[in-house]
Amino acid sequence: MASFLLFLLVAVSGNPLASLMANPHISPATIAAAKRELGLDQPLLVRYWDWLTRMLGGSFGTSTTGQPVGTELGTRLVVTLQMVVPSVIVAVVLAVGVGVIGAVRQYSVTDHAMTAVAYLFYSTPVFVVAILLKDFLAVDVNNAAGHTVLFTLGQNTPGTTGTLPVLTDVVEHTVLPVLTLTLITYAGWSRYQRAQLLDVLNADYIRLARAKGLSPRRVLFVHALRNALVPVVTVVAADFAVLLGGAVVTETAFGWQGMGQFLLQGLTGPVSPDTTTVQAWMMVVAAVVIVFNIIADMLYAVLDPRIRLA
Amino acid sequence: MPEPAAPTVTVVPSTAGGPVPVAASRGQLRMAAGRFVRHKLAMTGLVVFLLLLLASLVVPLFWKYGYTSITGQYGTGPSAQHPFGTDPIGHDMLAQVLAGTRTSLETALLVAAISTAFGTLVGAIAGYYGGIADQVLMRLTDLVLIVPVLAVLLVLSNRFSKQADSSLFVGLMLALLLWTYLARLVRGTFLGLREREFIEAEHAIGASAPRIILRHLVPNAAGAIAVNATLTVANAMLIEAALSYLGLGVQPPQVDLGTLIASGEGDATALPWLFYFPSAFLVLAILCVNFVGDGLRDALDPTRRER
Repeated sequence: MASFLLFLLVAVSGNPLASLMANPHISPATIAAAKRELGLDQPLLVRYWDWLTRMLGGSFGTSTTGQPVGTELGTRLVVTLQMVVPSVIVAVVLAVGVGVIGAVRQYSVTDHAMTAVAYLFYSTPVFVVAILLKDFLAVDVNNAAGHTVLFTLGQNTPGTTGTLPVLTDVVEHTVLPVLTLTLITYAGWSRYQRAQLLDVLNADYIRLARAKGLSPRRVLFVHALRNALVPVVTVVAADFAVLLGGAVVTETAFGWQGMGQFLLQGLTGPVSPDTTTVQAWMMVVAAVVIVFNIIADMLYAVLDPRIRLA
Repeated sequence: MPEPAAPTVTVVPSTAGGPVPVAASRGQLRMAAGRFVRHKLAMTGLVVFLLLLLASLVVPLFWKYGYTSITGQYGTGPSAQHPFGTDPIGHDMLAQVLAGTRTSLETALLVAAISTAFGTLVGAIAGYYGGIADQVLMRLTDLVLIVPVLAVLLVLSNRFSKQADSSLFVGLMLALLLWTYLARLVRGTFLGLREREFIEAEHAIGASAPRIILRHLVPNAAGAIAVNATLTVANAMLIEAALSYLGLGVQPPQVDLGTLIASGEGDATALPWLFYFPSAFLVLAILCVNFVGDGLRDALDPTRRER
């Protein structure tokens, strides 16, 4: 736990990207002024303290366009979560299901078919899946339905009112991005789940459980799956943060104004790079990574009582 | 979780200058090679990957169109003259796809080579020396692990990739970020091995640190390193393509499969071949690399397949 705190300190205090974000075309005087303004001429600890107190006060500063970065980041985060959270839930359910079937029916036709599909998605870039779904599935579905059922651009239709229309609208916009992310992420997880469960199923205590005469169902779900889920949980938690940072590709493909687009716009926008925005972005995503690693550790301890949080 | 494979070494007390046993014996290596060759999927993957690489290097020398030459045919479908069709600008897509494949493969291989060497070095130093070196290097690793790879790449490439020879820069930046997993892996293996008797014996006969690391510790981690290097190739291809798709990767006049797919996206319904061929090549290449990685893993850890 102590080492983790140290790690936390190093990760957030260093602000490792500040020097990289400096624009090469700006004169040294301007850079010095900007440095003063951003407090970069201060010693590391002072900067860390400033950043910490400011952030604890809920402020990330303002972007080059004068907007408060924190508010915008919050809005964008919600948009990205609208895409990522359902994907992770669906992908976990799918991955565990597929992984369990693959492990229980190892080397069957079903297992081989599922392996092939998983490999295919595992090796396909997310934007290829997005384009395929957008330009082929969505077009067919919309033609069949006679009107637009699956939207391929944007996260909602502006100006929609009423609870039900808004809800329908959001769902119709969300289906394709969620499907894209789900297909990409479930593949790796299902392979991992399968391997872990196979490992556990060959353990001595499973043989014992079977020898005791427990029903195969009970052995699988109570004794085996519970243990096989432990490593999977860590991977999912760690990947969640990666998904959040990597959602920029899916957001671009589907034209969502999410977190990733915010970073892209901060980098390539009219006054670029927008240091405050990029810094805040990095901080938030790094914080999410840390939070999800803590969650993974805690889940680990809950699922596997042998592990104690020191 | 399985125990790490025990190093198959029998340390014969030897006088200085005498024959020193190598950790992974030849017989074992040959057995692993045999298992790999018999792994059909992995061999197919390896052969197809090498064919792709060879085609992307050799065919452009003979093909009648260069990837930048304008053919006078605009947005035509696949034909005998243009097997992959042409794009609206008039480029021959076969030449474009081959050039893109070459950029993507070369970049990915460069990334794998650099990040594997660096990751092994960092992991070796941290795992062998322990103590302060370990603390510092592992905190550095944590730091790189915690930042989202794609985001950092976007920041970096926004500044650097506009230079000439952008694929080289993209490759170097990727390598800078993808070494962490291997470093942890190597460190873990070394930490487990450094207290073992055969290393102690090496210390006793006065072997130097580089010698112990290179001759005795690295061979024991070679399997993990090889598998990881292969998977890094696949990973690098995915990330590099994504970066190019976002417009912050390889820059014109260079093309890679990501930029080709991105420019084909707009016409994907009307001129689907602009999208299909680069996508197919990219997916095929990554698929092959993943098969090779899996085959290597099975070949180097024979206990895996029986489970």
